[in-house]
Amino acid sequence: MINELGHFALVLAFAVSIAQSIIPMWGAYKGQAEPMRFAQSAAITAFLLVGLSFAALTHAFINSDFSLRIVAANSHSLKPFLYKISGVWGNHEGSMLLWVLILTLFGGLVAALGKNIPPELKARTLSVQGMIGVAFLAFILFTSNPFDRLPIAPEDGSGLNPLLQDPGLAFHPPFLYVGYVGLSMPFSFAVAALIEGRVDAGWARWVRPWVLLAWAGLTIGIALGSYWAYYELGWGGWWFWDPVENASFMPWLIATALLHSVIVVEKRGTLQSWTVLLAIIAFSLSILGTFIVRSGIITSVHAFATDPERGVFILGMLGIAVGGSLILYTWRAPQLRSDAVFATMSRESALVLNNLLMSVAAAVVFIGTLYPLAVELVTGGESKISVGAPFFDLAFAPLMVLVLIVMPIGAALPWKRGDLPKAMTRIWPAVLLAFCGGMVFASLRWGGPILAPFAIALSFWAIFGVLADLGERVKLGKAPLRESLRRLANLPRSVWGQAVAHTGFGMTAFGVAAITAWASEDIRTARAGDVIPMASYEIVFEGVTREQGPNFEADIGRFTIMEDGEVVGEIASEKRFYPVQRDRTTEAGIRASLVEDVYVSLGDKQDDGSWAVRSYIKPYANWIWLGALVMALGGLLSLSDRRHRVGAPTRAKAKAKVVAAE
Amino acid sequence: MRENCSYPGRRYGSFLRISRVMASLAMTAALLATPAAAVQPDEILEDPILEERARELSKGLRCVVCRNQSIDDSDAELAKDLRVVVRERLVAGDSNSEVLDFVVDRYGEYVLLKPPFTAGNALLYLGGPLLLILGGLAFWRMTRQRDLVVTDSAPSPLSEEEQRRLARLLDRDG
Repeated sequence: MINELGHFALVLAFAVSIAQSIIPMWGAYKGQAEPMRFAQSAAITAFLLVGLSFAALTHAFINSDFSLRIVAANSHSLKPFLYKISGVWGNHEGSMLLWVLILTLFGGLVAALGKNIPPELKARTLSVQGMIGVAFLAFILFTSNPFDRLPIAPEDGSGLNPLLQDPGLAFHPPFLYVGYVGLSMPFSFAVAALIEGRVDAGWARWVRPWVLLAWAGLTIGIALGSYWAYYELGWGGWWFWDPVENASFMPWLIATALLHSVIVVEKRGTLQSWTVLLAIIAFSLSILGTFIVRSGIITSVHAFATDPERGVFILGMLGIAVGGSLILYTWRAPQLRSDAVFATMSRESALVLNNLLMSVAAAVVFIGTLYPLAVELVTGGESKISVGAPFFDLAFAPLMVLVLIVMPIGAALPWKRGDLPKAMTRIWPAVLLAFCGGMVFASLRWGGPILAPFAIALSFWAIFGVLADLGERVKLGKAPLRESLRRLANLPRSVWGQAVAHTGFGMTAFGVAAITAWASEDIRTARAGDVIPMASYEIVFEGVTREQGPNFEADIGRFTIMEDGEVVGEIASEKRFYPVQRDRTTEAGIRASLVEDVYVSLGDKQDDGSWAVRSYIKPYANWIWLGALVMALGGLLSLSDRRHRVGAPTRAKAKAKVVAAE
Repeated sequence: MRENCSYPGRRYGSFLRISRVMASLAMTAALLATPAAAVQPDEILEDPILEERARELSKGLRCVVCRNQSIDDSDAELAKDLRVVVRERLVAGDSNSEVLDFVVDRYGEYVLLKPPFTAGNALLYLGGPLLLILGGLAFWRMTRQRDLVVTDSAPSPLSEEEQRRLARLLDRDG
C-alpha cells in the first residue's frame, strides 16, 4: 500500500511539474501575476510529493520489503541499518529518485525563500526547473520505476554490492548529487535570464549561492569517492582518471570557473554572456555525466546497445537541454551587453584567466574521456585506442601549475585596474618563503623526482600567498596589532571564504605533489613474525585470524609498527568475503597521520601458507582530502556571507558596508 | 566503478552483471574495484632496476579485459600474463621501446594508455593547447581593447569642426 502511494505521489509530482513548467512561463510572458505566483505553490508541492515518494521507498528498504524489485536486488535483511538506508540510493532507480528529490528541494527553496527575486525572473526560473523535473520524472516513471513489484517476493534479498557497504561510499552519492543537481539552479536562472534578455548584478547575486552550494557539494562528493578508493582498493591509488571519475570532475572544473565569473558579474557588471554560457555548460556536463554512467557507453559502444532505452532517453534530454539552451543563447546573448572596463592587470582579468584555465582543463578531460569513443565511432570499430592516466597526467598537470602560479597574484590584485609591481610588493615575501620552504622541505625528504621541490614550492606559494594577502588586508605590521586584529574580525565572510578555499586548494596540491614524489612500496610474501623494513619503520606481521562480521566474514591480518625499537602503532588489514553476493572486498590497514600514512594491504594466501603483503608509505596523503574539505568549507563560508542570506531585510545597507570594506 | 577484474563473473563480456553493478553505484567518482593490488610477490624480478622499469612500463599498459585500468593495477589473469611478458622481454635485454613495440605488435595500440602522437590522435594532443592559445588570444584582445578604453577615457582633443562650432558658440555668447 505504502509503495503504491509512493508511486502515485511520483505520478502526481510529474503532473504538477508539467503545470509548473508551462503556467508560470505563460504568466511571465503575459505579465499576469496570478499564473506567475503559481510557480511557487507548484514547486513546493512537487517537492512534497517527491519527498513522500522517497519516504515510501526508504520505508520499503528499512522494512526489507522484498516484493519491490530493487529492494530484492539491492538489500538483505541482515544488512546493517545504515546500509539499508544508503541502499535506497545505492541502485539506479533509487539514485534517480534521490536526484529528483534534491532537484525539487532546490526548486522549493527558491520558491519559499526567494522573496526578493523579481517575479518574472522567479516564475521563469521555476518554470525551467519544472521542465528539468518533468524530464527526470518521466525518465524514472517510464524507464526506471523504483516501485516495480515482483510477481513473487523472494525470501531474502541479494544484498547491496559490498563495495557500497562503506560509510565513505554511503554518503558519496548524496553529496555528488547536491553538486550535480545544484548546478541545475544556475542553469535555470541562466535560461530564464536569456528569455528576459537581461543579466545584472541582482541576477548574479541570486545565482551565486547556488553555484557555491553545488560546488561545495561536488568538492566533498569527489573527495569522499577519492578517499574511499584510497583505503578500499588496497594499493593506495586515489585518482584514476576513470571515465566515471571524469564525469564528476568536468562539472567541478566548470563550476569552479562559474563560481569566479559570477563574482565579476555581480561586482563589475561584465562577463555576463560568458557566465550564462558557463552555467549552461556546467549543467550540461552534469547530464552528460549521468549519461556516461547510466548508459555504459564509455565502457564500450556495444555495451550501450544492451541498455539502449535509458541511454537514449538521457541522450535525448541532453540534446534538448544543451541544444535548446545554446540556440537560445546564440539568439539572446548578443543583447547581454556590458560596458564596464578593466585593465589587463586587474582582478577581473585574473578571474578571466582562472576561467580560461579551468575551461581548458575541463576541455582536456572532456576530449580525453570521449576520444576513444569518437575514434571507435569514426572508424566503425576498426581502430580502438585507450586514453588513460599517463595521458591525463601529462595534459592536466601543466594547467594546474599555471593555476597555482596565478591564483595568489590574482587574489591580490584590485578591481578595475591593478598594478602588478605593486601587487607583487604585497606578496613577494610569500614567493620567497614558498621557494625556500619548498627547497628545505625537499631536502628533508631527499630523493624523488627533480621537479618535486618546485611542485612543493608552488603549493606553498598558494598557501603563503593567501596569508600575505590577508596580512595586507588587515595592515599587519603597518597598523597596531589591535587594529589589525579588529580588521581581521571584520573581514566579510566572502573574503574569508576565498582565503580558506584558496588555502584548501594549496593543501590539496601539496598532498598531490608529495604523494606523487615520495610514495614508496614493498611487495612480498610474509609469515607471522616476519619483519618488513619500510622507510624509518619496521612492520611486524603478527599473523592472520578469521572473524565474523555482521554480514561478512573477514581474514584480518595484524601488523605492529615499530620505529626506533618502539611500538608506534597497530594496523589491521582485512579481506572480507560477503557470502550473500559471493564477493570480496579489502579494507586496507592504515596508520594515518598528517605526515605520512603507513598503509598495509593483505593479499592472497600463498600455497606455502605465507601471505602476500603490500606495504606502502604514503607521505602527506591526507592533505589531498583535507584540502578538499577546506575548499568546501571556504565555499560554505562564502555562502554564509550576509549578502547571500536570502531575504535579509538589511540587504542594501549590508551591501554598501561590504563594498566599502573590500 | 572500475570493473572488478578479479572475478570471472565481472569480466568485460558480461555486461548484464556490469550494468547491475554500475547501476548500483550512483555516479560515483572513483569506483574501481580490485581488492589488493596487482603485482604478485612471485612476479617481481630480482634486479631492482629491471623491476623498476617493468613497473614504469606496466603503468602505461592497459589491462585489455578491464575498464581503463593499467596492468599494474589489475588483478585479472590476462594482466598478470602481460606483466610477466613485459618482465621476460626486459630480462631478455629489450629496451623499453622494444618492449612496447613487442606488446603493441601483439595486442594493438589499444593497450597503450597514452596513445602515440599520430595524425588521428592530433586532436587529442593539440586540442587543449589550441584552446589555451585561442582563449589566451581572445583574453589578450579583450583586455587590450579595454586598456585602450581606460587610457582613452581622458577627453580627446576637439576636432577642427568642433573647435569652429565651439568658437561660434563662444562668439555668440560673447
